[in-house]
Amino acid sequence: MSATFPTAMQQGLQSCDACSLLSRPAHGEDGGHCPRCDKQLYFRKPESVQRSWAFLIAAAVCYIPANILPVLTTTTAKGSGSDTILEGVVLLWSPTGWPLSLIVLIASVMIPIGKIAALAYLLVAGQRGSAENNAQRVRLYRTVKFIGRWSMVDVFVATFTAALVQLQPLMTVEPAPGLVFFAAVVVLTMLAAESFDPRLIWDSASSKGAQHA
Amino acid sequence: MLYNQPLSDASLVACPHCDLLQRLPNLAPRESARCPRCDEELCRRHEHSLDRPLALTITAAFLYLVANTVPMLSLTAVGREASTTVFGGAEHLWNAGLESVALLVFFTAVLAPAFQIGFLLAILISAYRACPPKWVGTLLRYYPAATTWSMIEVMILGVLVALIKIADYAKVIPGLALFALGAMIFLLAAVQAGFDQREVWGKVEWAELGEAAVKQTTEARR
Repeated sequence: MSATFPTAMQQGLQSCDACSLLSRPAHGEDGGHCPRCDKQLYFRKPESVQRSWAFLIAAAVCYIPANILPVLTTTTAKGSGSDTILEGVVLLWSPTGWPLSLIVLIASVMIPIGKIAALAYLLVAGQRGSAENNAQRVRLYRTVKFIGRWSMVDVFVATFTAALVQLQPLMTVEPAPGLVFFAAVVVLTMLAAESFDPRLIWDSASSKGAQHA
Repeated sequence: MLYNQPLSDASLVACPHCDLLQRLPNLAPRESARCPRCDEELCRRHEHSLDRPLALTITAAFLYLVANTVPMLSLTAVGREASTTVFGGAEHLWNAGLESVALLVFFTAVLAPAFQIGFLLAILISAYRACPPKWVGTLLRYYPAATTWSMIEVMILGVLVALIKIADYAKVIPGLALFALGAMIFLLAAVQAGFDQREVWGKVEWAELGEAAVKQTTEARR
């Protein structure tokens, strides 16, 4: 399989990820700028693996306070109480409201942890030089990139609940610190996915030689 | 500044997801080409590839202005009223002391969509010229980033969930902005589906005007 698939890197060519122009770096150079769109070119995204790991570990660390700390504080005449993300899911759960509750559960709890696990798997498999399941792995990467933004749902739920429910002195809802960590998880996992270079998935299959990562 | 040397054959490309070298076939409108190894879509041609996206973008720009000037949600409970706009949501977070989240909401719900629509308008209008200037290339370079961080569709889902949550104890009235945003999602999705970046890249003035660049752009314009 390896011999039948020539890659641009094997031919010493660089593909611009902004304008997709294929160009050849000057002799003895790692890469210059794209002559069409002026972007700095590389064979592979620079420090892709290290950057992805850094964002991913930061996201995993933030995931814990994001789920333990409350995201909303509700104050009524009777007193005040705080809800974490999971408590919000439980509150929404009712005979009629369960589909929404499920959406929030999937978007806020399962997608972030799923993204972290999926990217960690892609990074480990790449570092071990695995050449198996390449097609599935690149599909997993596309899914992670496509689905990642939807975890932002709970940030918007909290934002607009708090902005709207301002009925002093009857009832007010305010955002709580957990929201900061939750938003950080979403942004960090998105950055981790952006830093990951899917071409690394195929490199061990197409060449055992030069690694420009 | 050191520039790479472009290839003389412009139909040669590498797949962005697996780096496989391949030659793009000549496509008729509504045809697309996929990478044989990883199935990534490399290129898709469209009919009315400028007219249609431009019409949709102008409409989206108009809806954007509406969406950001009128209330998105209002609420009445025991004779009291409250309402909020998109910007109001971010502002409230800021005042509550969560500045970082406020900036994120402002960026993903207000600023990035504005960039997305603004970039599209500028790119599409100038793409009618035979040789769009260099800055069109710069906008095209940053357009995907604006799209990645523009999260109107996610915000709408969040607003709907909030709306149903609140509906238990107050009467919630969806505002005009919510409908404008809802329509905008479909318009922007249609623009995304019908906008051929490769076609504009083929015409745009190159950063480095070498011999090969001039040759390729004149070929593309034919």
